[in-house]
Amino acid sequence: MDIESNIRLTDEDVDKALKDVTSSKQLQEVKMSFLGKTGRVSELMKHMREVAAEKKREIGQLLNDLRARTEEKFNALNDKLKKKELEERYAAETVDITMPGRKSESGSFHPNTLIRDELVSIFSGMGFEVFEGPEIENEYYNFTALNTPADHPARDMQDTFYLAPGLLLRTQTSAGQIRVMESKKPPIKILSPGKVYRSDDDATHSPMFSQMEGLVVDKGITLCDLKGMLDEFAKRVFGESVKTRLRPSYFPFTEPSVEVDVSCFECGGKGCRLCKGTGWIEVLGAGMVNRRVLEGCGIDPDVYSGFAFGMGIERIAMLKYGINNMKLLFEGDVRFLKQFKD
Amino acid sequence: MKAPLSWLKDYVDIDIPAEELMGKLFSCGFEVEELIDIGKDISGVVVGEVTECEPVEGTHLHVCKVDCGDKGVFQICCGADNVKKGIKAPTALIGATVYATGKDHKTVEGVVTIKKGKLRGIESDGMLCSGAEIGVNGDMFDGGDYCGLLILPDSFENGADVKPLLGLDDYVFDIAVTANRPDCQSIFGMAREIAALLGEPFTEPDCSYTPIKGNFRGIKITNEAPDLCPRYIGHYVKDVKVAPSPLWMRKRLALCGLRSIGNVVDITNFVLLEMGQPMHAFDLATLGGREIVVRRARDGEKIVTLDGNEFTLSHENLVICDGEKPCALAGVMGGLNSEITESTSEVLFESAKFARDSIRRTSRSLGQHSDSSAIFEKGVNEYTTEKAISRALNLIQKLGCGTVTDVCADIKTQYSKLENKKMSVSIKKINALLGIDVPSERIAQILKNLSFEVKQDGDTLNLVVPRWREDIDLYPDIAEEVIRFYGYEHVKGTFLPSALITNGGYSDEQKAELKLKRSLSARGLSEISTYSFYSPKDLDTLHIPADSKLRKTIKILNPISEELSVMRTTLAPSVMQVIVRNLRRGNMEGKVYELAKIYLAESLPLSAFPEERATLALGMWGKCDFFDLKGVVESIADVLNTKFEFVPAKREYLHPGITAAALCDGIEVGYLGMVSPEISAELSLERDAFIAELDYEELKKHSHPFKFNPLPKFAVETRDLALVCDKNVTCGEVEKAIYAACKFVSNVKLFDVYEGGQIGKDKKSMAFTVTFTPKDEEITTRIDGFVKKILSNLKYNLNAELR
Repeated sequence: MDIESNIRLTDEDVDKALKDVTSSKQLQEVKMSFLGKTGRVSELMKHMREVAAEKKREIGQLLNDLRARTEEKFNALNDKLKKKELEERYAAETVDITMPGRKSESGSFHPNTLIRDELVSIFSGMGFEVFEGPEIENEYYNFTALNTPADHPARDMQDTFYLAPGLLLRTQTSAGQIRVMESKKPPIKILSPGKVYRSDDDATHSPMFSQMEGLVVDKGITLCDLKGMLDEFAKRVFGESVKTRLRPSYFPFTEPSVEVDVSCFECGGKGCRLCKGTGWIEVLGAGMVNRRVLEGCGIDPDVYSGFAFGMGIERIAMLKYGINNMKLLFEGDVRFLKQFKD
Repeated sequence: MKAPLSWLKDYVDIDIPAEELMGKLFSCGFEVEELIDIGKDISGVVVGEVTECEPVEGTHLHVCKVDCGDKGVFQICCGADNVKKGIKAPTALIGATVYATGKDHKTVEGVVTIKKGKLRGIESDGMLCSGAEIGVNGDMFDGGDYCGLLILPDSFENGADVKPLLGLDDYVFDIAVTANRPDCQSIFGMAREIAALLGEPFTEPDCSYTPIKGNFRGIKITNEAPDLCPRYIGHYVKDVKVAPSPLWMRKRLALCGLRSIGNVVDITNFVLLEMGQPMHAFDLATLGGREIVVRRARDGEKIVTLDGNEFTLSHENLVICDGEKPCALAGVMGGLNSEITESTSEVLFESAKFARDSIRRTSRSLGQHSDSSAIFEKGVNEYTTEKAISRALNLIQKLGCGTVTDVCADIKTQYSKLENKKMSVSIKKINALLGIDVPSERIAQILKNLSFEVKQDGDTLNLVVPRWREDIDLYPDIAEEVIRFYGYEHVKGTFLPSALITNGGYSDEQKAELKLKRSLSARGLSEISTYSFYSPKDLDTLHIPADSKLRKTIKILNPISEELSVMRTTLAPSVMQVIVRNLRRGNMEGKVYELAKIYLAESLPLSAFPEERATLALGMWGKCDFFDLKGVVESIADVLNTKFEFVPAKREYLHPGITAAALCDGIEVGYLGMVSPEISAELSLERDAFIAELDYEELKKHSHPFKFNPLPKFAVETRDLALVCDKNVTCGEVEKAIYAACKFVSNVKLFDVYEGGQIGKDKKSMAFTVTFTPKDEEITTRIDGFVKKILSNLKYNLNAELR
């Protein structure tokens, strides 16, 4: 058979062979049998030596065309098969994506930790440091230095747990104020969070709860500054539209003393169950630091003035999260705890 | 305190509605906790005159014609036994609201609206009412207690609304008075404050009286405890006629919740409410030697108070004695022996100031409280003490229940406060504290309204402080008075324009705590917060022996209950309680942690500040085992950048074979383990539970700051070694031996344990992946040598061989 016929025949055989190919793996085998080193096309190439010189050019061209054509055919089919195989694979591997994900059960933070951290982040941006005093205090730090001497009626306001004569479980984080003012000179801006204890146990009182005390002492501090800072606090904790209201109150360690209400964030001040129809919610006590307190700590009240504020962390948590029963905070029921994921 | 509007109006003109006054009081520091509208349930009840009254045969009923003036004449069927022609009675018209009463005709069972109706077929257009049906008792109107009709005086005009006539249009303010304002614990004080608030004049109560001069037997009064009794005034009243009090007095006592007892006692109670000065009346005939001695009780001395309770006293208690014995527990309650009775004819009235602290201590230590002690604890001022005795004598004369003699004693002491305090304040300083500019005229006006004498001298205000304002100390107190009345709405927020910049934020230690919490929460644990105190029984529950150092608890001297009576020395009982509570509530699995303090006394009873030691406790129950807990503990070491070593340990409440102590640099930092089956059974735990407790203060000492390790320059190699050894050889021992054998070993990790047929009976197999990390040179070619050394070490030390 002459080489031209052979080329033609090879062409036909390629077409025939490709017809039966169903997978890319099979295609690879067929490809080798034509285009591999010992494949038919390569074998034909070897016959070039026997071709007459005047025909070499023409036959060479034919062979090159054959190779190119064959490769093209293989490539085209390969693309087609690859695509088909990929589609089959996709279909086979498709999963039910509505089945549950594999996640590790997440834990949670106590609501007090969340609120405390939120408050600290608000006030630390304003330059407040965090100071934690001891929970077991003496009468001096808890009362006397806070302008509440032994015969003072304010001692009745807080039923105190005593551990020994003169030693008690602090009833207020204000005790920490004194320790700071004794050791640090103005300017002072501190937050003092921590546990406090009062001999009260009913639906709305717990014998242990947490407070956050804030104290600023510097030159020229005014009641308006207290108001400004608490406005900012209220907005950040309860929402941009929340306003504060000051009204007179009494704490022995501040004068003037105020009770601070925030406008009800639930109803916007119209009156609802949360605010008991008043449009306002009591959140904290505050006031200008009593001159006698400053004096007692060695700070000249004619040079410096300051303000202090104190709030119940549980109260803020209950208001913010809508927790309806204070006892839940101390029971450790995981159904309650797991809701507070941060 | 309770203040009826009608009573306040005796001393100040109030022409604003009660709700508005409530709002004004709130804004100046007096929160009205409750505004009681006395007649809120009663409406549509008018004066009716029975013009015809015929009995209905066979019944107790009468059919009446009732003339209600301009409201009309109505046929009303009435079952009261005192209905008859010619009487006037409260008449509830159709649509009126009144109280429904129970079978006793007294107990209020609800509010009803009167409808047109028929009784035994007879039409009835309304109802004739008893006192109880319109909320009027005998102290509010004579005849109010009678179970039949309330008979009204003929002078009441037919058809007139009964509410103003019977005092049902009144309000009672229940006011919270802050501790700095004891002078407002009375109608007198509150009216004075309201007068200042409204800018209205204040009329003082009538305190005038005319003593009868005569040659009366004197009374000797001695004060032996001036520190506890700065002032004592006694006044002798003779020819006392004990009788019921007049209606107007009974009514006021009733509005404030007090029961009328008899004129003399009622006067003392009336003065207490009106003036805020507790008073006492002694039956002089019972006082031995016509003598009063104010002194500290003798230790062991006894008194029986008016309510029949006997108390054994100590020198801490102040008593009022006659020549021989205590006759009153000063300021708290009178003695039974000198009580006013119907036969009392001579009385000594006492108005005194007792030290608030002394009264509080006595009242607390004896558990005896009274309206009187409540007021003394808050404090009385001597201005009121003086006024009150005069007011009481005025009332004696007004009620005609005794002859006021000129025998009186007013014992002043070095502790008496007789002078007005004088002070000078700077207007500038007041405004500087407030941060606003209150005009000086306004400041002066506010203070004048509050009965201060004010003289302005440039920036200075020279003030004479009213005697009753013992709370006024320094200029900020004046600033508070100013802003209280000027209005807090004038205080506008500013943002520390004059303050220096300060550095804020958590300390490193606080940050480390938060980091630890975040890591535990991320690992699936929930943070808990439990009480810092518990019961000694909670230690029994965990089988803590009597001689354990955990039993050296700090006791609360005045606990709420035994349950919360000692400060905790370990968090384990708290965590145990949380586990028990969760399981009982059907929460069958959970993981919790708490970072809190334990309280350790150097010696007991407590004499110095104890140590407050931060401690971390972990609790797990349900689908978990010891190694889940251990994994969390190990992760804590990771967070602190330290390493724990674990050794078998014992705790009374943990499984002896499943408990470890965690060591850090050889020092024990805590323990972890499974709750013992014994305790599990005692607590009926339906799931296995695990507890760990770590000494956070100690842990902190072993924590290392994070430092970056450069990546190895040469290839890291690993080898798996399956070893066979005796059963009692621990994983920890093998790990330690591997580490010790080669300094390039950077990690040893157990991946399989096998016990069984393929190896000897007392043997076990453990398989480890050992990682070798090169330092400054390639070690690939040396690994076989390392392994050989490790194996010979294992063979030598632990008799362990390659499987």
